[in-house]
Amino acid sequence: MEMRQEVERGIALNRFGLGARAGDDHAGDARDWLMSQLEAYEAAPESLSRGLRSSDILSDYAERIRSSKDLPAPERMEIRQALRKEGRANYRLDVKLRVASAVETSSPFIERLVHFWSNHFALSIADPLVTWLAGSFEREAIRPHVLGTFEEMLLAVETHPAMLLYLNQSESVGPNSSQAKRVSEKKNRRLGLNENLAREVLELHTLGVKAAYTQEDVIQLALALTGWGRRIKSGAPVRDGDPYFAPVAHEHGRRVIMGTTYAQPGVYQGKAILRDLARSPQTARHVATKLARHFIGDDPPEAAIRALQTAFLDSGGMLPAVYETLIDRAEAWEPDRVKFKTPWEWLISSFRGLGIPEKPEMSIAAMLQQLGQPVWQPGSPAGYDDIAASWASPDALMKRVEVAQQFADSRGDLDPRDLALELLPGTLSDSTRQEIHRASTAQSGLVLLAVSPEFLRR
Amino acid sequence: MFNRRQFLGYSLGITGSMFLGPRMTLASVDTDRRFVFIIQRGAADGLNTVVPYADPSYSTLRGAIAIDPAESLKLDGMFALHPALTRTAEFYGEGEALFVHAVASPYRNRSHFDGQNVLETGGTKPNQLRDGWLNRLLPLLPQSKEEAIAFAPVLPLALRGTVAVNTYSPSKLPEPTEELLMRVAAMYDRDAQLHALWAEALEVREVAVAIEEREEAANLGTMAAGFLTTESGPRIAMIETSGWDTHAGQKGRLKNQLTKLDALFGSLRDGLGDVWSKTTVLVATEFGRTAAVNGSGGTDHGTASAAMVLGGSVSGGRVVADWPGLKPAALYEGRDLTPTLDLNVLIAKATAEGLGLDPELTMRTLFPQQVFDKSLPVLVSA
Repeated sequence: MEMRQEVERGIALNRFGLGARAGDDHAGDARDWLMSQLEAYEAAPESLSRGLRSSDILSDYAERIRSSKDLPAPERMEIRQALRKEGRANYRLDVKLRVASAVETSSPFIERLVHFWSNHFALSIADPLVTWLAGSFEREAIRPHVLGTFEEMLLAVETHPAMLLYLNQSESVGPNSSQAKRVSEKKNRRLGLNENLAREVLELHTLGVKAAYTQEDVIQLALALTGWGRRIKSGAPVRDGDPYFAPVAHEHGRRVIMGTTYAQPGVYQGKAILRDLARSPQTARHVATKLARHFIGDDPPEAAIRALQTAFLDSGGMLPAVYETLIDRAEAWEPDRVKFKTPWEWLISSFRGLGIPEKPEMSIAAMLQQLGQPVWQPGSPAGYDDIAASWASPDALMKRVEVAQQFADSRGDLDPRDLALELLPGTLSDSTRQEIHRASTAQSGLVLLAVSPEFLRR
Repeated sequence: MFNRRQFLGYSLGITGSMFLGPRMTLASVDTDRRFVFIIQRGAADGLNTVVPYADPSYSTLRGAIAIDPAESLKLDGMFALHPALTRTAEFYGEGEALFVHAVASPYRNRSHFDGQNVLETGGTKPNQLRDGWLNRLLPLLPQSKEEAIAFAPVLPLALRGTVAVNTYSPSKLPEPTEELLMRVAAMYDRDAQLHALWAEALEVREVAVAIEEREEAANLGTMAAGFLTTESGPRIAMIETSGWDTHAGQKGRLKNQLTKLDALFGSLRDGLGDVWSKTTVLVATEFGRTAAVNGSGGTDHGTASAAMVLGGSVSGGRVVADWPGLKPAALYEGRDLTPTLDLNVLIAKATAEGLGLDPELTMRTLFPQQVFDKSLPVLVSA
């Protein structure tokens, strides 16, 4: 194969994709291969079919909480504890499924975009019910929309019970709503606004922190969203696109956000605002910057950001149009690998190259914990950082060596010398090849491959 | 009866750090004799372990890493032990250790993978045989009801084959060997970012590890002895040591490696007590290292090396060698110690004599591609 083609194949596999898999054949044009994945992508692959649906989780959870209400305190506690423990187990299963899907997929570019968007709309597990729901959030709100419009993804995200719970929308009540009045009269307790979701929608999900919105805009959006998620814990069945809306908690009236007036009734008001936010040039810029940072480099060139922003706006937020522009940008095909893989990217590419360990000493969720990037647990709605400085540290390198040992130890049957050539087409350096050849055991050769400079970066 | 529970009992009774370096595999046969094979993975440097101090070319070839004769432990007029091998020298003094020099397996290239493949399968070429010679040895002995157990996530090639060996993976994760850490360093050498990060990572680690490692090796010897002295317990053990690939900074690294090996011998001997008289320990590596020091204070992949035989019935106190010398013309391909003895014959003879088997039958079974060479003197008088 021609050298340039070989290098581009390596970039398509490692920078756009999730790493090469031994035995896969990717002859042909690298850009065509990436574009073809737009067709091949499966929103609901077989590997994810064991994941629970959020509606089933919620109705089961609600039912068990309800049935425990009249029990004596110790038994009630026991049921709560069991729910918490099962939630953790379900989380570990969801992580395992996510890993399997990422390792098995033949459209790794799109799968990477799923991870990208899931981190853009980050939630972080801590609350027991959010822990239960985290996997379903990605499967229901992200995966089906990754090749659709940004607008539809945004609506799916902000109406998903996991997000409504995580950012406390379920606790927000219109100060003048009938529910607030009733509670204030009967129980002498004041219910009110919670701005958390509204603020993060503007700051993280759409316009971006640098955009020109004010605290008043945050309050106006928060008022518009009152009633959303209010009935989640009742376990009521979801109607399509209905964010468990409770009219009794909604603050009626007009809202003015960044100069635009919204007079829609009930749940439609919040949806109309989100649709406008999704189409905003500032949102387009925010999304373009993050995509460019993810695929081009920590400080992406302005020209690339603008091109992506234009593609976003011209297409009405059609994400495939944005991806196509990205594939066309020369900056994305620079041979220098400047992105230091995050622990997630590194582990997935290792598994794609070496296989998922059959009986690992620790769960895959625990491995990611040790590497510093537990799935769906960035600790903040801003998600995990996407710059090298956050991941490249002395301890992180040592951890990768240690974790690599764990999965290399069970793969004594692989020859690291052949594998290196196959996994790092066009990029394997002389010094890496040499050290792998000199390694005294096949296992250490595999570890060296996994922590080689060219494998640590993409 | 010796079972899995007892096995776990042992492992739990010893400090948690024992899996830092070496690994152990055990096999049960119905005999009162014991055999321990210690493999030195990574090509151990025979010339600085059993030092030919009287060879006139030695100190010139080895330069800065030559072992000072004043510090070394003299064995005879020609050879001395590395100063770190103090306990080993005592065994030699008591006639319980012998060293074999300028010895090599039939493999003549310099790849670790292939060299270990030949050493463990007992073929004459890599991948010629599928099973290991230690596995083929088992059917020569009366069978025990107990299965062999590997104390490693992967069964070593030497023990793979038709006789079933179970594996048991310890829950403590193996930590990277020094060799691996050095290789990572070499790989990052020209990468400014990774080089700086890695240097810092190693500094932090060094302090903690140095202390643990010596204890580790000693613990492993104690644990192996514990298994081998259990009634109806395993009688054959294979211990895998690694970190012998000293391309750079050999002086300190080899000293560290040999200190651990010496501690392993010592604790094994102490733990075996009276059973030591029925035990044979064989130590071998896949190939040796270059005769001359290289540009980074180390040595590169070579050919012949040294092997060791230890035990209570060993006819020790001597160095067995048909010494080829280290003059330029005497070196193999102008760079390595030339092999004059066949490692496979040594293995066949040591196992046969140590376990009371017929040497020629043992040779045929373990090394079917080769013929037995009767010229080697008696190693073990059982």
